[in-house]
Amino acid sequence: MATAVHGPGIITELEPFAPGHRACSGCGEALAVRLAAKAIGNNAIIVNATGCMEVVASPFPYTSWRIPWIHTLFENTAAVASGAEAALKALEKKGKRPQRNIKVVALAGDGGTSDIGVQALSGALERGHDFVYICLDNEAYMNTGIQRSSATPYGASTTTSPAGKESLGQITWKKNMPAIAVAHDIPYVATACPSYHRDLMRKVTKAVETPGAAYIHVLSACPTGWRCPTDDAIKVGRLAVRTGIFPLYEVTNGQYKLSLSLTKLEPVADYLKTQGRFRHLTEDTIKEIQERVTREYNKLVELAGKSGGETSSE
Amino acid sequence: MAKREGLEVSVAVGDAAMLSDVDVVSAYPITPQTHIVEHLAELVANGELKAAYIPVESEHSAMSASVGASAVGARTFTATAAQGLELMHEVLYVASAMRLPIVMTVANRALSAPISIWGDHSDAMATRDVGWIQIFVENGQEAVDNVICGFRIGEDKRVLLPVMIHLDGFALTHVIEPIELPDKKDVDRFLPPFKYPLPLDPEKPVTMGALGSPFIYTEVKWAQEINLEKAKDVILEVWQEFDKTFGRKYAPIEQYQTKGAKTLLLTMGSYSETAMVAVDKMRSDGKEVGLLKLRLWRPFPYEELREAVKGIETLIVLDRAISFGGPGGPVCSEVKAALYDEEKRPKIIGFVGGLGGRDISMAGFEEMVNRGIEIARTGSKREFEIYGVRE
Amino acid sequence: MAKAKTKAKPRAKGELSWKEVELGFFITEPGNSTEVRTGDWKSRRPEVDFKKCNKCTLCYFFCPEGCIAKTKDGYFEADLFYCKGCGICAAECPKEAITMVEEER
Repeated sequence: MATAVHGPGIITELEPFAPGHRACSGCGEALAVRLAAKAIGNNAIIVNATGCMEVVASPFPYTSWRIPWIHTLFENTAAVASGAEAALKALEKKGKRPQRNIKVVALAGDGGTSDIGVQALSGALERGHDFVYICLDNEAYMNTGIQRSSATPYGASTTTSPAGKESLGQITWKKNMPAIAVAHDIPYVATACPSYHRDLMRKVTKAVETPGAAYIHVLSACPTGWRCPTDDAIKVGRLAVRTGIFPLYEVTNGQYKLSLSLTKLEPVADYLKTQGRFRHLTEDTIKEIQERVTREYNKLVELAGKSGGETSSE
Repeated sequence: MAKREGLEVSVAVGDAAMLSDVDVVSAYPITPQTHIVEHLAELVANGELKAAYIPVESEHSAMSASVGASAVGARTFTATAAQGLELMHEVLYVASAMRLPIVMTVANRALSAPISIWGDHSDAMATRDVGWIQIFVENGQEAVDNVICGFRIGEDKRVLLPVMIHLDGFALTHVIEPIELPDKKDVDRFLPPFKYPLPLDPEKPVTMGALGSPFIYTEVKWAQEINLEKAKDVILEVWQEFDKTFGRKYAPIEQYQTKGAKTLLLTMGSYSETAMVAVDKMRSDGKEVGLLKLRLWRPFPYEELREAVKGIETLIVLDRAISFGGPGGPVCSEVKAALYDEEKRPKIIGFVGGLGGRDISMAGFEEMVNRGIEIARTGSKREFEIYGVRE
Repeated sequence: MAKAKTKAKPRAKGELSWKEVELGFFITEPGNSTEVRTGDWKSRRPEVDFKKCNKCTLCYFFCPEGCIAKTKDGYFEADLFYCKGCGICAAECPKEAITMVEEER
């Protein structure tokens, strides 16, 4: 199947995530959820963490979800998903229900995944439940007001890692959640971005169809928190990919494969200057970031090369 | 025909879950509940219990996984104690608000710090407000019977609430008692298959856990409260039917030797058995003492308590937990509140005792009753006293 | 039981009596957010020059609201009932067929 990252035509007209939700104008995360939902289809149960998408999609008495959906708390998405998945399998195995292959899909933000949710996620991945975990990464605790998370990129200014005379903002490098997922030896891990919508939907479909645990990390541009115009979510996401800051790749049974082979990385400065959260960065810091991004990207290329996977080029 | 055999209570509790044909067991080990989850693992491993056994990575996840499983329509069981119960605290509120009939046995154990693996009721008393049905059992037979009743009560369409069965850690969990395990076919008849009215199902999608703004939160909580209060009728009904089917009767408050008593002692859990023996001795010594055994903790049995203390002069309440800086004994404070508005009520004396696994002997109960009667006569310098502390 | 003193006026959707609250506070009308007019938020709206449109479907895919639908002629048009005026469709249209226009109110 061609790894087309662009192309005309409608894949599906299904919209399990309905309009009328309260996401900010231009929300990259709402778009990610909408596209993922199209790929997930109707035969699924969504387990959602507390966060932007949960709040905007379920303000009583309204719900944007046309498929079964449960939200409980912040850090237990993977645990609730584990219970739901195990229950569905047990009921089918005991003959109490017919086999319907209902997929359990967990949705959680970066805070709910790489910080408070990491324990439950690690447990679920280790136990190998047959479910999909999608991390919607807008790189901070956006719903509560743009506080830093371990997914906040180096140098970004957030309300709890503000840039100031004594600080350049976030002083740690973004936690590599996909690598943590890969370390759990699960059959499928991928990164995705709504700017590459077909790639995202293809990966979600693949994750849903893969028996066992699958993890997808989706970069979700947040104009509100990243301080850029509402028009820019797609543009900014594309730049994140093309600068190598957020590479698109898949890891299938431990084998790395780039989704997009970039012959040349665009300069990180092109990405950083689009967003107010980086406007305080000095030339030196930008250079530091460029060096590290290039280094990390090359490491990834090496991993993919070792796996011998072909990629589509741009 | 069911026969009585010597069984470790934890093992029997596991068997009760097996007899109830649970679909999912969510398990995280903590002393003194370990034998329950170990036995369940064994039952699943050798095919006696057909259930998904989820060895979760913490108690917070144990209850979260139980919520997920129950929401899908599976009969779900878990067990915990002390620190585990505390760790899953926030999830308990979710389970009851979302009306998911999970059954959980709590092996009552003292709360850290200091770390103590031994029994008391501090873990249970920290979860009074969570909205679960809560039952305290005094021996292994009661534990088995009430796990089974717990599913029947919780899954009743008029109830749909989670149920906590409290049993004393070590004093009950680790002892071998004569227990009659009901026959599976009798349990099957007593316990109909679980059919949750609004499960997570693509054929009929529901949204569970919406954001509840101020304009609706009060209504949701009031609906929850009325539902829990009304659950008492179903609990009585189920206990009555259990008696008809299996010949063992349970009541919210049991009275022992209360006829003609002037003084009553109130206990919960395994202490009730020792207290019964102490009361027998005191009666034989001519003291007009009786015992109230509080079994149904939530919803609180107001009517039964008020009825039981009619004409009593002194009510001595033993708490196996301490609420610091306040009323001392949580149970005593609730008993006092329940009886405050009664025109005629006994003097209520509260003792805290048995913390961290400390035993109270028969003689100890006698001492306590005597001291209680003395305080009723002459008053105490304190709001409550502690029994058995080394000065 | 104390009752809040309120004038008798028609209740808004969701202002339920405690007796009417669904089991577990569940919402049983899937996707009923479609009743919410998020289009009220916008300060600009998209206008499409269909002569330039090549039906590439990118605007359809990139709309966070999912409010761009195929017309009977196969073109794509935003439903202004939901459109929040973010401008993504205009920014991404490869044919520059979409312009964001100030919303007069």
